[in-house]
Amino acid sequence: MTIPAVPIPILSFIVFTPLVGALLLLLIPRHQKDAARAFAAAVSGFTLLLALWAFVAYDRSAGGYQFVERMSWLPQLGIHYYVGVDGVSLPLVLLSALVLFTGVLVSWNIEDRPHELFAFMLLLASGIMGVFVARNLVLLFFFYEIAIFPKYFLIAIWGSTRKEYAAMKLVLYTLVGSIIALVGALALYFVSPVRTFDMDVLRELAARGAFARTVEVFGQAVRFDYLWFLPVFLGFAVTAGLWPFHNWVPDGHSAAPTAGSMFLAGVVMKVGAYSALRVGIELMPGGAVYWLPVVVFLAVVAALYSAAISLVQEDLKYVIAFSSIGHMAFVTIGFAAMNVTGLTGAVLQMFSHGVMAAILFAVVGMVYDQAHTRYLAHLGGFARVMPLATLGFILGGLVAMGMPGFSGFVAEFQVFAGIWAARETAWWYPWVVILAAPSIALSAAYILRALQATFFGDLDLKRYPHVRDVTALDKVAIVTLAVWFVLIGVFPRVMTDLIQTGVEPIASLLQGAMVASLR
Amino acid sequence: MTLFGYPFPILTLITFTPLLGAGLIALTPRDSVRLHRGLALFFSLIPLALSVWLWLNLDLSRPGFQFVERVVWFPQVNAQYYLGVDGLSVMLIFLTALLTPLGVLISFNITQDPRTYFALFLALETGILGVFVSLDLLLFFLFWELGLVPMYFLINNWGAPERRHYAALKFILYTMAGSLGLLLGIQLIWAALGGAQGGTFDLLEVSRRWPALQGTLAGVPMEVVKAIVFWAFVIAFAIKVPVWPFHTWLPDAHTEAPTAGSMILAGILLKLGAYGFLRIVFPLFPMESARFALVLALLATAAIVFGAYAALGQRDFKRLVAYSSVNHMGFVVLGIAVAGYALGNPAIRDHALIAVNGAALQLFAHGLSSAAMFALVGVIYDRTHTRDLEAYGGLWARMPVYGGILIYCAMASVGLPGLAGFVAEYMVVQGAWPVFTALTAIAMLGLLITGAFIMKALQKVLHGPLNPRWARLPEISAREILAVAPLMAFMLLTGLWPAWIVPTLNAALAQLFG
Repeated sequence: MTIPAVPIPILSFIVFTPLVGALLLLLIPRHQKDAARAFAAAVSGFTLLLALWAFVAYDRSAGGYQFVERMSWLPQLGIHYYVGVDGVSLPLVLLSALVLFTGVLVSWNIEDRPHELFAFMLLLASGIMGVFVARNLVLLFFFYEIAIFPKYFLIAIWGSTRKEYAAMKLVLYTLVGSIIALVGALALYFVSPVRTFDMDVLRELAARGAFARTVEVFGQAVRFDYLWFLPVFLGFAVTAGLWPFHNWVPDGHSAAPTAGSMFLAGVVMKVGAYSALRVGIELMPGGAVYWLPVVVFLAVVAALYSAAISLVQEDLKYVIAFSSIGHMAFVTIGFAAMNVTGLTGAVLQMFSHGVMAAILFAVVGMVYDQAHTRYLAHLGGFARVMPLATLGFILGGLVAMGMPGFSGFVAEFQVFAGIWAARETAWWYPWVVILAAPSIALSAAYILRALQATFFGDLDLKRYPHVRDVTALDKVAIVTLAVWFVLIGVFPRVMTDLIQTGVEPIASLLQGAMVASLR
Repeated sequence: MTLFGYPFPILTLITFTPLLGAGLIALTPRDSVRLHRGLALFFSLIPLALSVWLWLNLDLSRPGFQFVERVVWFPQVNAQYYLGVDGLSVMLIFLTALLTPLGVLISFNITQDPRTYFALFLALETGILGVFVSLDLLLFFLFWELGLVPMYFLINNWGAPERRHYAALKFILYTMAGSLGLLLGIQLIWAALGGAQGGTFDLLEVSRRWPALQGTLAGVPMEVVKAIVFWAFVIAFAIKVPVWPFHTWLPDAHTEAPTAGSMILAGILLKLGAYGFLRIVFPLFPMESARFALVLALLATAAIVFGAYAALGQRDFKRLVAYSSVNHMGFVVLGIAVAGYALGNPAIRDHALIAVNGAALQLFAHGLSSAAMFALVGVIYDRTHTRDLEAYGGLWARMPVYGGILIYCAMASVGLPGLAGFVAEYMVVQGAWPVFTALTAIAMLGLLITGAFIMKALQKVLHGPLNPRWARLPEISAREILAVAPLMAFMLLTGLWPAWIVPTLNAALAQLFG
């Protein structure tokens, strides 16, 4: 007996399960807080299972876009509901689902309007995963903007320290960035020989050099992709926290509630980097070849500067927030390598940093819930009361300091190896490695400093007479995240083989553009 | 040996048994201290038994690496899970496997969270053993770094209360700074050999292709690239050994670490650096090694003399023993420098082979004597809670057995003929004399100071009038004797009959000179 193959719209399920869940959540009566929590956990757990299933079911030997769905939406304007995942987006979908699920678990004890909190979180996850699966530019921007507003409310309502300021700053930064990128995307649409937003078609056109033609600006003939790559890339890079557009990151991450910080550092920054890759690099490879060797300097500054700043922070959450900027800089450096090794490292770094940031912020939140302070000078000795959370922080810290055997090393190693391999691109590329590498030593210093001050030493029993261990749900969240560090660190192929299938076409696109620019 | 038709993965088993033990200990209930101790001892004895088997089954007549295991690990950068051993690594594996159960035994009195302590201790063993079995540069680096983490926590959480945080941070930052250069060097080699197309971390393939490599890397002549990588490696390993003037982390780390931590630090972790010179720097950089051998010999002599002087000036018993490591490891580096010099001057190879055999034997001898000395310092510290030499005095009267053992081990450390250290240092000096005559002469004068500081320690601790504070001090316990006795036996065995170990080392080291 054969079972007829019914295509299950798995990606739509993944994207819209949280959205539908968010709406249904609001129907639960207000006083039934536990019901709302359980429902949110169920919805996010189901989403995680779907994402895991997609991760396993994806055919790695075939590669390319899979689980594709396509429906007409506004065909006159070339807008379709068109989704699919490849080796680049699939890890990020999985990451989003992981962070959503664990974010719900660690937010269990929030008493202030849990219905709305979880609804916003689910909505945010829906928008983020939409960006990762979208194969139509308009759809991508649609989801991108959906993902902005829940962040504002999450921070402004449930946040701490200057929350209104941080929320407004974050939204304005990302909004301005995305609008600039949107203008670039529209310019692309109008210069394209085929009027479409279909990213497959646009990529095909880009491969044939359709966007490398000259346009006239104020009487000057300029190549289109040279002109528009930078605004589009940097517009998205604002969300990825690239220096000097990183200013929203420390305030936003620190002011957000725990789950919000997990989302911001864990996934939202990846949305920026991912879109910069998909829209900027992939559609304007000529521009990428022209500009990325310059942009990489911003990333080098970001890596060093943020690590140095982290080292002197007095607020535990700010330490982790600044560290995100440094780790995301490695994503940009990997992009700038423009070869398979570097791009694989960059995408893996997105996943690795996502899980790491989630676990670090989660543990910081657990400490804060007990101590009601994040000042390093007032903390200390928490390892004794919350051993598993300490272990989670240590593991996340080891990833942050690029310890071999953990996912961060695999990613950063490939980023550096990619830059070495790309040394023909620009003479200063070896210097990029040499300049950026000390940031790894600095990260060891700030992680150990934070670890030392928070978890070791003596617990001040006068100040903290009632500290308890973290809850069982918190432990589930920590374990769910931490297994990925070791899994990828010891068996890198779990991720790298998959990612490689996704970045190979991008790398060949860039190589083609490089050859064309030499001609 | 085969298992169901498959080659028996003996090296994997040796390396990961301690980690498995660490995992199991972490799962046991927090309060069952006896269970933690038992499990830790059990899981540290398995690698010891396996390493004895390994040594007995090593075929000395066969050149190259044996018990090889090889699996593709990380195909994107062409890294492999590639293990194999020769005589040098087998000796160091045995030393590691021997010191770990003794360290566990000496740590039975740990009361603060013994579960985590023993788990970390066993994880540390896996990291060290992994370095000795790796034949892939990336895998080597992985284990190299992995050993740092448990050591950091051992010092940080179980060290002496006053300065442990400072010492732990200094230790990890120093060694991580060194590893950063190591990592960059490994990547440069990979990139120069072809990067994604043809780049490799396979140590044997690298040592075939890399020394002869010509051309440019990113416009830089290969000569310069090689010099950069050479110095990156040398500094990383020199920090670990430690070669003067990169040694300043050592006195702090060794002094503040818990007793078993100091035993492993001095007994094995320092050997990683010397092993890196012999296993990686020489095969990969024969020309550069020969060119800069004199510098290394100079630093070695400085380490011997200054290390001894610094030890002589200490008031802290443990710090004195720590500085003595700088002094003793200086002889290792001197022997290594001679070997490096011989790589470019074939005429002196016979001398160099003696010197480098001496250096390798010194690794073993110092592993025994430093571990024993730290164990004994720990014994006295546990009883008196002070390390101040001026506070002791006349303890021999109270603890005659302890006094005898201390004198025996101290003599092994000085290099009394009949004990292991003498044979090793004699071989180094004999091999080095015709090559670096003046430096060797200075180094031998340094030996006088070695004698002086050891005598000073013995005198301050054991002789003189008994300090009344220690009138009721208990004698060394059977458990503590048991932890030191195997070391003493091997000191004597190696001192009287070095032939049990030298052929194994020689078989591996002769390969250096082709």
